[in-house]
Amino acid sequence: MEIRVQQEPFAAGGELDAFTARADGAGAVVSFSGIVRDDSGKMAEMVIEHYPGMTERALETIAQEAMERWSLADALVIHRFGTMQPGEQIMMVATASRHRKDAFEAAEFLMDYLKSRAPFWKKEHGSDGTSWVAAKQEDEDALKRW
Amino acid sequence: MIDVLYFAWLRERIGLPKERIETSAETVADLVAELAAREERYALAFSDISALRVAVDQELTEFDAPLAGAREVAFFPPMTGG
Repeated sequence: MEIRVQQEPFAAGGELDAFTARADGAGAVVSFSGIVRDDSGKMAEMVIEHYPGMTERALETIAQEAMERWSLADALVIHRFGTMQPGEQIMMVATASRHRKDAFEAAEFLMDYLKSRAPFWKKEHGSDGTSWVAAKQEDEDALKRW
Repeated sequence: MIDVLYFAWLRERIGLPKERIETSAETVADLVAELAAREERYALAFSDISALRVAVDQELTEFDAPLAGAREVAFFPPMTGG
């Protein structure tokens, strides 16, 4: 299990290759990448604030729960903070298991939880000012299925 | 003494990320009432606590949580990770 909270960009392809190489004996690897999306067409950059200390603890707790609930060989969470442009990678999760069902479900669980339970806040900076991204009720509702 | 932290728009409205305060508040809600009574900007920031979340010593909790022994309380809007 590896958790990384970092400002600098990362290469999802290289991370996934390294993760797969470490997940010895796993027959399935699932990965998800989150990318800065510009819905308004006016976004210049996104700034992600976080709560140093709590962020790492929350991600560890969420990943640990995934390891306990599913039969996983390994799990990886990388989440960035700071300033990024549309198209840049914000975060990725990867899960490895013997069979694909565990890896898929655990990856979805990780995503659902870190959307609403990891202390990150996104702010969009655009040509028409700045605005905090509001949390969505559907993201909160998504936790109920677990 | 307790460290009180603010994040995202709450930090902007209050105008600082962190402060160390002397308090005898027994619960998070008591602390909120104390802060809100200080100045207008605090009153505004805490006017609707249903729009806020709280962590005590870096663990998410509820507003009725006790503060006995707590070193750090953080207030923030719902999180938007991922």
